Amino acid sequence: MHSEHKPLLSVRNLKTYFFQDEGTVKAVDGATFDVYPGKTLGVVGESGCGKSVTAQSILRIVDQPGRIVEGEIVLCCAKGTDVELTKLHPNSKEIRAIRGTEIGLVFQEPMTSFSPVHTVGNQIIEAIRLHCGISEREARAKAIETLRQVGIPKPERRIDEYAFELSGGLRQRAMIAVALSCDPRLLIADEPTTALDVTTQAQILDLLRRMQEQRGMAIMLITHNLGVIAEMADDVVVMYLGRVVEQGPVDAIFHSPKHPYTKALLRSIPSIESTPRVELPTISGSIPHPYNRPSGCPFFPRCPECIPGTCDTAEPTPIAVSEEQSVSCFLYPS
Amino acid sequence: MIAYIVRRLILALLTTWAITVLSFIIIQLPPGDYVTSYIASMSASGVGVTEAEAQALRIQYGLDQPIYIQYLKWMGLIAQGNFGMAIEWGRPVLDVIGDRLTLTVVISVAAIVFTWALALPIGIYSAVKRYSIGDYIATFIGFIGLAIPGFMLALIVMYVGFKYFNANVGGLFSAEMADAPWSWAKFVDMLKHLPIVAIVLGIGGTAQMIRIMRSNLLDELRKPYVMTARARGLPETRVILKYPVRVALNPFISTLGYLFPYVVSGSIIVSMVLSLPTVGPLLLKALIAQDLFLAGTIVLMLGVMTVIGTFISDLLLMWVDPRIRLGKQ
Ligand SMILES: Nc1ncnc2c1ncn2[C@@H]1O[C@H](COP(=O)(O)OP(=O)(O)O)[C@@H](O)[C@H]1O
Ligand SMILES: [Mg+2]
Repeated sequence: MHSEHKPLLSVRNLKTYFFQDEGTVKAVDGATFDVYPGKTLGVVGESGCGKSVTAQSILRIVDQPGRIVEGEIVLCCAKGTDVELTKLHPNSKEIRAIRGTEIGLVFQEPMTSFSPVHTVGNQIIEAIRLHCGISEREARAKAIETLRQVGIPKPERRIDEYAFELSGGLRQRAMIAVALSCDPRLLIADEPTTALDVTTQAQILDLLRRMQEQRGMAIMLITHNLGVIAEMADDVVVMYLGRVVEQGPVDAIFHSPKHPYTKALLRSIPSIESTPRVELPTISGSIPHPYNRPSGCPFFPRCPECIPGTCDTAEPTPIAVSEEQSVSCFLYPS
Repeated sequence: MIAYIVRRLILALLTTWAITVLSFIIIQLPPGDYVTSYIASMSASGVGVTEAEAQALRIQYGLDQPIYIQYLKWMGLIAQGNFGMAIEWGRPVLDVIGDRLTLTVVISVAAIVFTWALALPIGIYSAVKRYSIGDYIATFIGFIGLAIPGFMLALIVMYVGFKYFNANVGGLFSAEMADAPWSWAKFVDMLKHLPIVAIVLGIGGTAQMIRIMRSNLLDELRKPYVMTARARGLPETRVILKYPVRVALNPFISTLGYLFPYVVSGSIIVSMVLSLPTVGPLLLKALIAQDLFLAGTIVLMLGVMTVIGTFISDLLLMWVDPRIRLGKQ
């Protein structure tokens, strides 16, 4: 898979657990995937399957009482050195230097992602000054330029406004400007369009694609919307209950899905060919409670193709079904 | 923004008017009037007062007229800066109150500053290090502070001060300064006495303040803007202090106005124990003696100062919180 390139970010067997009095939530439980320079990796899965926690783990900003208990996250830095992010202290200088400059982050809710009592400009300029060590005036000029690049009209005026004064779309553009202000090589966008209306959604996705072309950065696009994946992603990672159950190039995932969960996800999206007014199939059953996840394959209680005696006892491991596609399922013998 | 200020101002004026009516009514509530209690105290000391004498007293003080006339007369006098006579003292009300009101403000502000200076950092620490040993210790000590009655603490402090430091910690001034006219030396003398007084008065509210700060901040720490600030690479201390703490402080500013009467009314007993020259004990005495003009004036002044305090804290809040300044919602 992309053997001509070394991955920009390599996540191996990542496990991030939340240790609570009521029990341990295994939010991410053995996720493995790579992000390649200049490419878009789509991460898809139902809500609660650990997509956001994966993103937070990469930046080492997982909230208490969450902790990375196992695994490796290797980032290939601009200087060409590899850094193992899980080895860094969450408040160390090294990881702070990586945040913003190597990896930028955009959240789902642009309103609450900005401080309610600081201007948009304040938050961009702060990041620029912190990482570039330039004067207030230069940083301001750079901030205005970034706001202009993300398509905010009259940026020299908008920069002094508060997030609540902007429309939803502009707000998300401003958030993207904050994330891009220090020219990261990887942008993690966690459900960047979920809170927006359809037209604005399309504009934001368009903006992300344009920014990627201009800057050649990699994007890790997290979403539960397969339509967004189809439009944006080069490669896809399908997550279920903290694990990667299938991954491969976007065409392979859409045209020859292997995992029953991927198939079910694809069946539940409307397509142009489907008959109107016919109820879309939904995935039967619901996501198990995080405290008592099933033994064996996490998907077996909801799986239509479950093999009794195998799926409920043993855990499947990733198996390559083609050069670029792999799946964790007992239906595909190694 | 202008609309906000105008609205607050109108509200403040209406509240002030309501306070004048209320303070007058409340004073009138207990059965009997000043003459009744005067007769009672005279006969207790063996001197009888005849019905005619009583009637003459009532007419002299205007107590025979309808309530609303008494109210209007009182208001009319106040408008001229005449707050009437403190009957029991036989001196003008303003004379009796003297600089007690100013000293009350000084002491209350000192107590509030002490409370905040102690409670806010501890509250921040407790929230950031939630469920740590330090958090539990802070909570524990806080509740002890809450559980000990203020007057008890005052007595303990006085006892310890007297016994081990041979210092008389009661009062706001040393004995030789108490009745001296204001001077630099008297001011310095007051500053020396102020810390102990502020601690005794403020300690009770500290525990509550810690809890409020802790829960305000915990609410804010959960918000995404904290995580995005971290994701920009800011150092943790800066993340916490610049963003969630700043937002969590806003409610404190908005309660500034209410704190003042809370401290005054909550501290009457402590003020008496420490024999502080504040209006609290004076108000209590006036109420017991049914000294209408004195009590009414004190209640009115405290009320008006609360209204002013609230108005100022509204302006402050507008200044620090753009959501209010720019009229969101
Ligand atoms: N701060 C937290 N404390 C406890 N549990 C959490 C926390 N954040 C996330 N989780 C749990 O981790 C799991 C994965 O959450 P998340 O990564 O947000 O899912 P999603 O795929 O929808 O982004 C969920 O079960 C969630 O309840
Ligand atoms: Mg999420």
